[in-house]
Amino acid sequence: MPAPLTHLQRLEAESIHIMREVAASFSKPVMLYSIGKDSSVLLHLAMKAFYPAKPPFPFLHVDTTWKFREMIAFRDRMAAELGFDLLVHINEEGVRDGINPFDHGSNVHTHVMKTVALRQALDTYGFDAAFGGARRDEEKSRAKERIFSFRTASHSWDPKNQRPEMWKIYNTRISQGESIRVFPLSNWTELDIWQYILQENIPIVPLYFAKKRPVVDRGGMTILVDDDRLKLQPDEKIEERKVRFRTLGCYPLTGAIDSDADTLEEIVAEMLTARTSERQGRLIDRDETGSMEKKKREGYF
Amino acid sequence: MLKVDDSALPETEVTDIRSYLASQENKTLLRFLTCGSVDDGKSTLIGRLLYDTKLIFEDQLATLEQDSRKHGTTGDDIDFALLVDGLEEERQQGITIDVAYRFFSTPKRKFIVADTPGHEQYTRNMATGASSADLAVVLVDARQGVLAQTRRHSIIASLLGIRHIVLAVNKIDLVGFDEEVFKRIVMEYTAFAKDLGFASIVPIPMSARYGDNVTRASDNTPWYTGPSLIDHLETVDVEGDAAERPFRFPVQYVNRPNHEFRGFAGTVASGSIAVGDDVVVAKSDKRSRVKRIATYDGDRESAFEGEAVTLLLDDEIEVSRGNMLVAPDARPHVADQLAANVVWFDEHPLLPGRMYLLRTETDQVNATVSHLKHRTNVNNFAHEAAKSLELNEVGVCNFSLQAPIAFDSFEENRTTGAFVLIDRLTNATVGAGMILHPLRRAANIHWQALDVTKTSRAELKHQKPAILWFTGLSGSGKSTIANLLEKKLHAAGRHTYILDGDNVRHGLNRDLGFTEEDRVENIRRVGEVARLMTEAGLIVLVSFISPFRAERRMARDMMEEGEFIEVFVDTPFEECAKRDPKGLYARALKGEIKNFTGVDSPYEVPELADVHLPTMGRSPEDLVDELETWLKERGYC
Repeated sequence: MPAPLTHLQRLEAESIHIMREVAASFSKPVMLYSIGKDSSVLLHLAMKAFYPAKPPFPFLHVDTTWKFREMIAFRDRMAAELGFDLLVHINEEGVRDGINPFDHGSNVHTHVMKTVALRQALDTYGFDAAFGGARRDEEKSRAKERIFSFRTASHSWDPKNQRPEMWKIYNTRISQGESIRVFPLSNWTELDIWQYILQENIPIVPLYFAKKRPVVDRGGMTILVDDDRLKLQPDEKIEERKVRFRTLGCYPLTGAIDSDADTLEEIVAEMLTARTSERQGRLIDRDETGSMEKKKREGYF
Repeated sequence: MLKVDDSALPETEVTDIRSYLASQENKTLLRFLTCGSVDDGKSTLIGRLLYDTKLIFEDQLATLEQDSRKHGTTGDDIDFALLVDGLEEERQQGITIDVAYRFFSTPKRKFIVADTPGHEQYTRNMATGASSADLAVVLVDARQGVLAQTRRHSIIASLLGIRHIVLAVNKIDLVGFDEEVFKRIVMEYTAFAKDLGFASIVPIPMSARYGDNVTRASDNTPWYTGPSLIDHLETVDVEGDAAERPFRFPVQYVNRPNHEFRGFAGTVASGSIAVGDDVVVAKSDKRSRVKRIATYDGDRESAFEGEAVTLLLDDEIEVSRGNMLVAPDARPHVADQLAANVVWFDEHPLLPGRMYLLRTETDQVNATVSHLKHRTNVNNFAHEAAKSLELNEVGVCNFSLQAPIAFDSFEENRTTGAFVLIDRLTNATVGAGMILHPLRRAANIHWQALDVTKTSRAELKHQKPAILWFTGLSGSGKSTIANLLEKKLHAAGRHTYILDGDNVRHGLNRDLGFTEEDRVENIRRVGEVARLMTEAGLIVLVSFISPFRAERRMARDMMEEGEFIEVFVDTPFEECAKRDPKGLYARALKGEIKNFTGVDSPYEVPELADVHLPTMGRSPEDLVDELETWLKERGYC
């Protein structure tokens, strides 16, 4: 008998199995690519699942126009290096209306530029399955979601009426206009993600590593001054501090942490002794109780 | 609060991180679920486990304290259930609706725990959690003892292949830590579970709320000398015998990026494979040899159970998704008839005769329940005769499949012996099946090849055989229209036959009543008879209420494309009840006739009828003319 698979080998095999199931069962799948560490792992797994072929689906980035500049540069570099098919969608109506996180708040901004934008993109291209990088250990309502999660024709999720999901037998049947969100990383934890990045040497956005960066403290969070759209309040001042990010979203909504961790090993070490969860740095989860569930029901990933 | 246990964590020396991670990598994983009746404290137990193993972050703890004040059911204490009851509705109602998956680890092991709901109506979510688990923690409220849901969950756990049970006698504090209560519950449970095939049942008295015997031995139960829950979970061996099982590789995806590479991608379901090994394609018996095992990380010499790989074979034999590559000397069953244990998940009952989509890990095929052998009474295991399986019921069924599939018995292989049933109209997952064995009758009844064919019989009659299927409420005018049309067709020299609902019930179907099950069987038989008549070259007019979409679709699926013409005779209920040619509506409305379509039994309006005949304000002659024109335009007469 061979040695049993290691923990990461098991997780990797499960994710690859899920991706192949989608490629075999749906006519128009897409992989949501949000440029963060989970997306980087997802992309790496997709390269493995269909080797030597390229992943048989495009990658979609829903650009809120408020992502960190380094994220966009990283995205374009990865697409060029790996040669995958990258689609970028921006909610142009939102841009015309000048929707932004400062004047409209995180709730409206996220709804218009992310949730609505995503629905627009899915409808425009007619995707019937969409991969996302969500993990069950991230948040309470995510812990409840199926790996193959059914969406109605209006993209909504009914958490009280999910399809039973037995073994590794996934029900991929949908009617016209309906779709399935697929979460290959459901059973991964934050530690697993970092450990896998370390093991596989997966490229990630440099913002995850500590570096001197210009930041301001605002509303209990440390915000990176990523461009001149961030207007300083009278009592705020820009400081140069050694910071890094545990998760990446829109720069005005994502808090940095003070850190000296500038290698993967140090990041993992820091994570192991962390006293707060990673989504603590995400303003959008906290703007009201049960807010992640509400966003998910409306079509957010 | 630390994210990992202090004991395992080195002094965060970066140089040690890789060795620390390596030690994490080699920990075994235990997947388990918590189940049992509602309010027995399942979510509280998981919250307690996460809290005591120091897996709750500060921000999560702050949210929990805030939630406990708002929704909590434990007075001033922290309500641990709110850690796992992640849906708004669950927190408001204080119950668990769907399964939640949580992750934690101790110095010895990693765990994925599925917290499953106790309410009977959410049994399907419990089954979802159980399907991937190797151990079940069955909670019992010490004050309540073993309840119907305790038994139901234990039976489902057993059917789904779980062999290890922890009997958690919870809320032991509320019975004064009384050993007698504990003993009584343990005796009752072990007596009940003796036939469920569990390899181990470990009873533990505990208080999830206060932590007694959860992660540490309790001073309150000096009479209990067994392990705490976490001690047991860390050490229990669920692997069983390590004997290698035969190679099974369900083909998931054919990867063909170019002419040189034709790979069969999939996950090794059991056993192992090496380059140079012989394999057989299960459904076709074709033999080949493994040429390469390709992965992104380079070619491999061999691959093992659980690994997702891509196999390349020596020759260009036909293999597609749904087929299986297997060991030549230990093959799976290939059959189109099988018996299986079924757990039913849907509000609409499982009905013999109705067609469902049967899906295995990579294969899917239309399947009909040919015989419901029995329903299992969850209280006493009695095998009861039943005509249907209702929501949350379990039973044994024979299935008849439209095409053969490759499988093992579930007992031998949890991957290749399982399937789900999907409703073909709603696409809902309506049931789960665990295969017992193939049925041999498929192999013994061969199709007799006939020299005179349907085409030749039809040609002799100068006509195109077809079924005209008239559906509509009782009294809608189906028989009147069918009768008039047949007269016209007959006069024009067509060979026809009418199958009338009432008439057939006097003969072929006189053993059938009007329950949902019997209606399904009624339609199945009539469909088969009508099909035989089209084989004989006839134009068959079927005049049947046929209220369910699923059965009309089943009848359609028996026929070739273009041979089934659904005619919806559309007369509103009020009008039918007013006409009431047989006086049936009056009696049904008084409650004298049960299961009367339109009164206390539903009529599902056709969504895609080939011909839609609204009858209001039109004469039967007029309607028949319209139908005749439709048929002429399409070459039927």
